[in-house]
Amino acid sequence: MSILRVENVVSGYGSMDVLHGLSLEVEEGKIVTLLGPNGSGKTTVLRTIFGVVTPKKGKVYFKGEDITGTQPEKVARTGMSYVPQEENIFPALTVQENLEMGAFIREDDIKPRIGEVFELFPDLTDRRKSRAGDLSGGMRQMLAIGRALMLNPTVLLLDEPSTGLAPFLVEQIFEKIQTLNKQGVTVFLVEQNAQALRCADRAYILEGGEKKAEGTAQELMNDEEIGKLYLGR
Amino acid sequence: MIELIVYGIVLGSIIALGSVGLTLIWGITDLFNCAHGDQITVGAYIALLFGGLFNRIGFLQGTVGPFSFSWGLLLSFIPSVIISIGLAVAVDRLVYKRMRRAGAHFITAFIASIGVAWALRGFIYIIWGADFHFYSQGLRPVVFLPAGIKLRVDEIFIMIVAWGAVAGVYLFLGRTKTGKALRALADNPNLARVSGINVERMLIWAWGIAGMLAAIAGILYGIETQLRPEMGWIFLLPLFAAVILGGKGSITGALAGGLVMGIAQQVSTLFLVPTYKPAVAFIIMILVLIFRPKGIFGRGKA
Repeated sequence: MSILRVENVVSGYGSMDVLHGLSLEVEEGKIVTLLGPNGSGKTTVLRTIFGVVTPKKGKVYFKGEDITGTQPEKVARTGMSYVPQEENIFPALTVQENLEMGAFIREDDIKPRIGEVFELFPDLTDRRKSRAGDLSGGMRQMLAIGRALMLNPTVLLLDEPSTGLAPFLVEQIFEKIQTLNKQGVTVFLVEQNAQALRCADRAYILEGGEKKAEGTAQELMNDEEIGKLYLGR
Repeated sequence: MIELIVYGIVLGSIIALGSVGLTLIWGITDLFNCAHGDQITVGAYIALLFGGLFNRIGFLQGTVGPFSFSWGLLLSFIPSVIISIGLAVAVDRLVYKRMRRAGAHFITAFIASIGVAWALRGFIYIIWGADFHFYSQGLRPVVFLPAGIKLRVDEIFIMIVAWGAVAGVYLFLGRTKTGKALRALADNPNLARVSGINVERMLIWAWGIAGMLAAIAGILYGIETQLRPEMGWIFLLPLFAAVILGGKGSITGALAGGLVMGIAQQVSTLFLVPTYKPAVAFIIMILVLIFRPKGIFGRGKA
């Protein structure tokens, strides 16, 4: 049973459609990745799922419920968290405050959760009083993920967490994603970097707003044609 | 020179007070609220109205300690602040909320705010006319500070109230959950929504704070100078300059920007005819827009 399902979604901005009837599924407990070049509509997929963009056609189901067109502030309460690709932190707030804002809708004590996030990203601990805008690229990305984790999400949507990071940091981020997944978080990872296949269970390939391929990560990695066409090999 | 700097700090405190609300709304909704100045005027006139009423009660007529104004005026801060908060929130609900719902461009909202500004000012003209008004006809006592600085006693009051109010808001924004959410919203509205922060509910807070600080700024400005219907409209220029100098959505920036604007305007009278004082605000604003478009404290995003 898939926890997140996108069905025949047509979505875009104004009169321009970016996604032309896309369907995909994310199974509970898995890491599913959506790969595609720039401009293929990857970000729009996540925005449509989270309600930032309302699809013109099609449906989005989460935990079996129709959440199509639900406002993002409400989607945040359903157990799904979203890390946008850019502007994914509050630069003028401190690291600690960023995490507190991630837990805005929680009424209970959030200190234990902040502790857990710092445990996952120990580098952030010493910087808890720093302005988030002063952090390095890698640390920002960790903070962005940390903020999204504050609500103990069942499903985490990640938009190109590897953007602009040095290779060793990319490695580190993908490792963290796997750690999270082992703790039970379902991950839907949107990437341009084909390395994402190495940590994923299943994958989709998107181009021009249409699904070009799907399969287990292993299958896609071994498929020569797909490698040549889409993964830059 | 030192004297001018002190006067600049007095003026700057009032500008700072007015600019906090402006930058909050700008950061959260992209609206550069042209009616903010007239909201300041309205606050000043409401205090004039209630000050007059309160002064009819015998024991409120007397002046407060060494200051020029009466107990009645001091008491009128309360109704002025309350009504201004109500007005600011009501205007948002009636005008800007509908525009946000309709997905209006921020320029459209900007122009609507000019309309709101004219409406508020028209209201003032109808009720109080175009003449100058004063909170008190009495003397304005002065005090001599070290270094030969001559300061009106009222100006000490102005600074204490202005910075007291600013400190209060600063603590609210820095320490409370609602306050932090407001800053988060001004900093990155999209991420705030994704985090589950309800923008419309937070905007009530933002407009309320803007209305409250505008009213206080208006009364203080009225004590410092005099009341006239265009007082706030003209005051808008240094407010805009302070906010742009500070950077979009930055509270600290707006406070610092306000002080800089106040001091720059006063010190400019050393070299320029005082008539050109408002032009200084304009020049600083243009220089900032050319060389540091994100403002001094505006880092992270455009």
